[in-house]
Amino acid sequence: MSEIETVVAGTVPATIASTGQDQFSGPDVHGHFGQYGGVFVGETLMAAVEELDQVYRKLSKDPAFWQAFDHDMKHYVGRPSPLYFAERLSKKFGGAKIVLKREDLNHTGAHKINNTIGQALLAKHMGKPRIIAETGAGQHGVASATVAARLGLECHVYMGAEDVQRQSANVYRMKLMGANVIPVTSGSRTLKDALNEALRDWATNVDNTYYIIGTVAGPHPYPMLVRDFQAIIGREARAQSLQEYGRLPDALVACVGGGSNAIGLFHPFLRDSEVAIYGVEAGGDGVETGRHAAPLSAGKPGVLHGNRTYVMSDANGQIMETHSVSAGLDYPGVGPEHAWLKDIGRANYVSVTDTEALDAFRMLCRLEGIIPALESAHGLAYACKLAATMRPDQFIVVNLSGRGDKDIHTVAKIDGITV
Amino acid sequence: MSRLKASIAALKAANRKALVPYIVAGDPDRDTTIALMHQLVRDGSDVIELGMPFSDPSSDGAIIQLGAERALRQGSGLNTVFDIVAEFRKTNAETPIVLMGYLNPLEIMGYGTFVKRAADAGVDGLLIVDLPVSEAQSLLALTRPLDLDMIFLVAPTTTESRLSSICENSSGYIYYVSLKGVTGAAISDTGEIGKRVTALRQRTDLPIIVGFGIKDTNSAKAMAAVSDGVIVGSALVQKIGELTDSGKRDEASIAASTKLIADIRQALDA
Ligand SMILES: Cc1ncc(COP(=O)(O)O)c(C=O)c1O
Repeated sequence: MSEIETVVAGTVPATIASTGQDQFSGPDVHGHFGQYGGVFVGETLMAAVEELDQVYRKLSKDPAFWQAFDHDMKHYVGRPSPLYFAERLSKKFGGAKIVLKREDLNHTGAHKINNTIGQALLAKHMGKPRIIAETGAGQHGVASATVAARLGLECHVYMGAEDVQRQSANVYRMKLMGANVIPVTSGSRTLKDALNEALRDWATNVDNTYYIIGTVAGPHPYPMLVRDFQAIIGREARAQSLQEYGRLPDALVACVGGGSNAIGLFHPFLRDSEVAIYGVEAGGDGVETGRHAAPLSAGKPGVLHGNRTYVMSDANGQIMETHSVSAGLDYPGVGPEHAWLKDIGRANYVSVTDTEALDAFRMLCRLEGIIPALESAHGLAYACKLAATMRPDQFIVVNLSGRGDKDIHTVAKIDGITV
Repeated sequence: MSRLKASIAALKAANRKALVPYIVAGDPDRDTTIALMHQLVRDGSDVIELGMPFSDPSSDGAIIQLGAERALRQGSGLNTVFDIVAEFRKTNAETPIVLMGYLNPLEIMGYGTFVKRAADAGVDGLLIVDLPVSEAQSLLALTRPLDLDMIFLVAPTTTESRLSSICENSSGYIYYVSLKGVTGAAISDTGEIGKRVTALRQRTDLPIIVGFGIKDTNSAKAMAAVSDGVIVGSALVQKIGELTDSGKRDEASIAASTKLIADIRQALDA
């Protein structure tokens, strides 16, 4: 696998209480993480989903596939991304060191590209000339348009009409790279509706189309394969921690929308029981107000977009509208592996409000000269609170999943400024 | 014998094609849905598929999604669905009703409660679009003892290996999806559908009813010629949408909105 992998080889991971088998090697063959995950799609898509599972199972055992992936990661994405000690930020809270995993420095400005590079390899292998994707903040749409341009594939991106408005810069970036952006006006006009529309497109054009899902959601095998591509974040962070600090971090923190940047960081550490794990959901106006996007904190198990997971549903089982200042976290479901990690207690899921995230956004700009994505600012806000409760000899790795260029209009508007 | 099995047996005996309309429960409102159901029976429907409205109907096209949104705006949920069926049953004991919808509302209510309330209300079958056979075993374990039929879809993309498990687990009828796509799209190749239905017959004695894309008497006749009957959804839901636009709920307007079904009945029996 990657160079980083070789560096860590030889370090023996600590294990969780023994059960006779490794509980973190999931999902099972049907795509289940405990009671979560699985395949819940209309019959028209079943064959496509099963084919993708077979193709991925075969390719993922082929070292050449991972060599191609790692090659692109290094030469196109610019990996490994640095692990950066945010010294002034850490000082402000007087506790643990806050260390940033700089996914914002990747080509296209977020972790999303790790996944689209991987899935583009699958699309190419399967001979599909047409790519579709859904996007919320636009980062996954941009990352999909990017790989499509590079491979000369046709690309259509579904985006909620609401998000087309609030993320106009990303819409233009997608267009520059030749993608067709389709505003979705059904339902609540946000990410979940874009996903519905992409599923409809896929059912209609299933013969020639590869659907690049942008997070660890959707039917199996998506939560598994997206995780496997994003896990490069955690593998690097683990090796970098060992190299630079001589030990593993005391805690990991990442924001959770669908959960791909979070699972990417967490997964390679799941067996390291001494590493505490925190996923941070979008608390919007506050979870207690009902206006939020925090299914793990306030939802119930249900089925949405192909998998069983925690979902924000009302008493009638209708999917609720979500609220978050961050378009990329504005989603009523979450990847099934997170649902399972929550239930078994291996990871903790918390939330921070819009206001807290905005404060952290500004703080990182001022103290470290880094403009984070509003999504990532959620993780950062929680990490600051957590750091204050920890000792200075401890350290926290925060996934800085993306850069904030796309969000400056949103923040300026909140500040009453037109840019 | 269950209502659905009786109705299918009667169709077979009379050598008649099944006509199965789909409407959304609560569109445009509870009372009108009940009136529409009775009208559909008068129009010659054999089975009624009653849609359980869902906020995220990702296998449906725009027309049915709009129907679901109209119903949801009226506050329609599973309680309304059961209420509608129970009310309909007070004056109709024969026409089978199949509830069609998505899984999340069942997950939230709990399968046990859902299945019991459905059976108590007088429901005969269930078709859960996003519940493939492989994930359906716990629901099947609850529906079988209650004689609720579970209907599954077969699509043009369904593989051989999936076909056997679908046929083994289905009862009532098999819903053959005429096209690759969502409800409301247009059928392109009748010949191919005929071939697929004929191949399906080798595997099951259940009637094979074709749905998706049947929008007028011509498409209904063409599909019925190669199968045991037709399901008509989007074209009907589109008409019912006009009741919301006009605000009319009188008998004549209701009958006008389902006229397509009466026309198709005539065409199928001709
Ligand atoms: C920078 C950034 N971080 C996080 C997310 C949330 O997605 P996920 O939870 O899958 O990482 C997004 C989604 O658009 C994003 O753009």
